Amino acid sequence: MGEIKLMKGNEALAEAMIRAGCDAYFGYPITPQSEVLEYLSKDATQRTGMVVLQAESEVAAINMIYGAAGCGRRVMTTSSSPGISLMQEGLSYIASAELPCVLANVVRGGPGLGTIQPSQADYFQSVKGGGHGDYRLIVLAPSSVQEMVDFVRLSFDLAEKYRNPVMILTDGAIGQMMEKVELFDQMPRKTEFPDWATTGKPKDKERRYITSLHIQPEKMEEINKHLQAKYKQIEKDEVRYEAFNLDDAEYVLTGYGLGARICRKAMDILREKGYKVGLVRPITLFPFPKKVYEEVANRVKGILDVEMNAGQMVEDVKLSVCGKTRVEYYGRMGGMIPSPEEIVENFEKLFIKGEA
Amino acid sequence: MAKALGEIIIDIEKCKGCALCIDACPEEVLSLTNKINKKGYQYIVTVNSNCTGCANCAIICPDAVITVYRKIEKSA
Amino acid sequence: MSNNIETAKFRPEICVDENLVYRKPSTLLPEPFHYCPGCGHSTVHKIFMEVVEEMGIENDIIGVAPVGCSVFAYHYMGVDMQQAAHGRACAVATGIKRVQPDKYVFSYQGDGDLAAIGTGETIHAANRGENILVIFINNGIYGMTSGQMAPTTLEGMVSTTSPHGRDVKTQGYPLKMSELIAPLPGVAYVTRQSVHKPANVRKAKKALRQALEYQKQGLGFCLVEIVSNCPSNWRMTPAQANQYIDEKMLAFYKLGDIKVPEVK
Repeated sequence: MGEIKLMKGNEALAEAMIRAGCDAYFGYPITPQSEVLEYLSKDATQRTGMVVLQAESEVAAINMIYGAAGCGRRVMTTSSSPGISLMQEGLSYIASAELPCVLANVVRGGPGLGTIQPSQADYFQSVKGGGHGDYRLIVLAPSSVQEMVDFVRLSFDLAEKYRNPVMILTDGAIGQMMEKVELFDQMPRKTEFPDWATTGKPKDKERRYITSLHIQPEKMEEINKHLQAKYKQIEKDEVRYEAFNLDDAEYVLTGYGLGARICRKAMDILREKGYKVGLVRPITLFPFPKKVYEEVANRVKGILDVEMNAGQMVEDVKLSVCGKTRVEYYGRMGGMIPSPEEIVENFEKLFIKGEA
Repeated sequence: MAKALGEIIIDIEKCKGCALCIDACPEEVLSLTNKINKKGYQYIVTVNSNCTGCANCAIICPDAVITVYRKIEKSA
Repeated sequence: MSNNIETAKFRPEICVDENLVYRKPSTLLPEPFHYCPGCGHSTVHKIFMEVVEEMGIENDIIGVAPVGCSVFAYHYMGVDMQQAAHGRACAVATGIKRVQPDKYVFSYQGDGDLAAIGTGETIHAANRGENILVIFINNGIYGMTSGQMAPTTLEGMVSTTSPHGRDVKTQGYPLKMSELIAPLPGVAYVTRQSVHKPANVRKAKKALRQALEYQKQGLGFCLVEIVSNCPSNWRMTPAQANQYIDEKMLAFYKLGDIKVPEVK
C-alpha cells in the first residue's frame, strides 16, 4: 500500500512526476494548471535532482522538452489550452523525431483566451493532430485525481516504449479538485540512456543526430510509413477503457474524463428510473476503443455521448458504430459542466419521448 | 637565412572553384584550371613553385580541400 | 592518396606528416558541404570542428542546428546534434544543457533564426545565463529561402523583399543582436568576428575556442557573431561578397569583443 494523501489534481500530477523519476520539467504558468510548476518549484530538485525550469513561453518550454528528450531523459511539461496551442509546432517535431515525452493539458474553455473554467474542447487538437503533418499523440484521459497520479507513470512508460509523445488530457475541474490518492513509491531516475540519445558522440561509433527533416520525399514517405505502422501497433496493443453495466444495457452513455464521472451518476439515476443504461469510458482517446462501441452497437437502441464541448468525441463514436445504432450528443460548452439531471433529461427527451 | 618551402595537395573533387584562395595567396601560386571536376566546377591548381606553406589558402578555403606542408630549409 | 587528389607538383618529397601545417579536421565528416561556393557557413563549420578536434571534446559536445541554410549542419559536424524548429535553437540547447551540465553545448544559427523568429528564445537563454555557446552567422539575408530581407539586412541593402533597398522607415532598422545581448548579466562573452580574410578566420577560430573555454569554466552565455557572406543571394562572386563585407557590413557591424568576462 502506497502513501495515502488528500491532494489537488494538479499537485498530485506534479508529485507523481517527481516519483516517476522525471529528469526535467519545463513549463510556463497558465491557469488552471499553474500549481504544477509551483509544486515542483518547492523541493523537487532537492528531492531527486530533477531540473525544474520556468520557461519564457510555452513555445520555449516545448522546445526545451525537445532538447532534453533528445538526450534520452524523462521529461514532462504541462499547460492549459492556449498554451498547448503554442506547443503544437514543437509537438509535431517531437512526434516526427520520435522523442518520448509527456505533457498534460489541463483544458479550459475556449476558443481564444476563453475562460479558466474546465472544458473538453481540445479533444480534436489532442486526438486528431493539432500540429502539422500526419502524426498521433497517445492520449490518456484521467477522470480522477488518482488517475492523475497513475497516468503519469503509465505515460512515461508508453512514451519510452513507443518513442512517442503522450498527452494526459484532463481539465480544470480535475486539476483543481481535491481527492484522496494513493501514491506510488519514489522511483530512481535513469542512469542509462538509449543509443539514439544525443549524450555526446560515443567513442568509435558514429555521431547521432535528431531531426525531422528529410528533404527526399521517398525518405519522408518512409518515415511516415514507419510512424503509421507504429500508430497501428499502438491501436492494437494500448487501448484502454472502462465499461459499466453493458451486459443488460439497452442504451449506453459515453464520455471521457470529467464527463464520464458525471455520466456515472446519470447512469445510476436512469437505472433507478428503470432504464437499462450502461456506460463506456474511453481511457485512451488515441488509441480510441473502437471495438467496444462496435460490439455494443449491435445490441443497444442508442448511445448518448456526453462532452464538455460542441461534440467532438462523438465523431469517433459514430465512426466506431458505423451506423449500426443511433448516436446522439449532449454537452455544454465554454467552461460549463453538465449536471447528471440535465443528462437524464436529455436522455429521456432523445431516446424515450422521441423529441429529437 | 632560413627559407620556407611549401607544398599543397588539393582535393579537386571537393573544390567548388570559389577562388577565394587565389586572392589569399601572397605568392600567386594558385589559379583556376579550365578543366572541370565531377561536380562541374572549375577547380584550383598550383601554377608555380613559390609556395611557402603559409596556409592562407587552406584557412580561407570554405570546403577544406587544401592540405598544406611546409619545410624550413636552413641555408648557410 | 586517392585519384581525386591533385598530387603535389613541385615538392612531393616534403609532403610528410612532420611537415604538415594544415589538413581538414578529423571531426568534419566526409560529406561535401551543400553550401554555395565561397559560403562562410562552410568556413565556420570547418574552423569550429578544428576547435573541437584541438580541444579533444568530440565525445563531450552536443550541437543544435537551426532552420536555414545550416539546417544540415549535422551532416558535416561529426558530433552529436539535434535539429531545432525555426528560431528555437536556444531553447533546445537549454534543454540539452540543463540535463547534461557536464557536456559542452552549442547552437549554430543564422540571422533569421536567431534575430527574427528566435529573438525571444535567444534573449531569455542569454538572460538566464545558460552556459552554452551560440554561434551566430550574420550575412544580412535569408539564404535558404533565397534572398529575402533579414532583421540584419543593412539600410539600403537590396533583397528580394526589399528590392529598392531596405527602407528603414517602413522596414525597420538592422538589428545589432550582439550589442543587444551583451549588457545582460547572464552573458559572459560576446564577440563579433568575420571569416572573409585568412587573418579574420584565424581570429574567429580563437574566439570560438575562447567561448568553449569559458563554457568549461561555467561562466555563462557566450555569443560569437560571425559576419558572413551570401554570394548567391547577394548576386556577387565570392570575392566580391567578401569585399562587400569589408566595405559595407563591417562599417555597420564593427568587429571585436563586445563583452569579455571580468578577470577575477
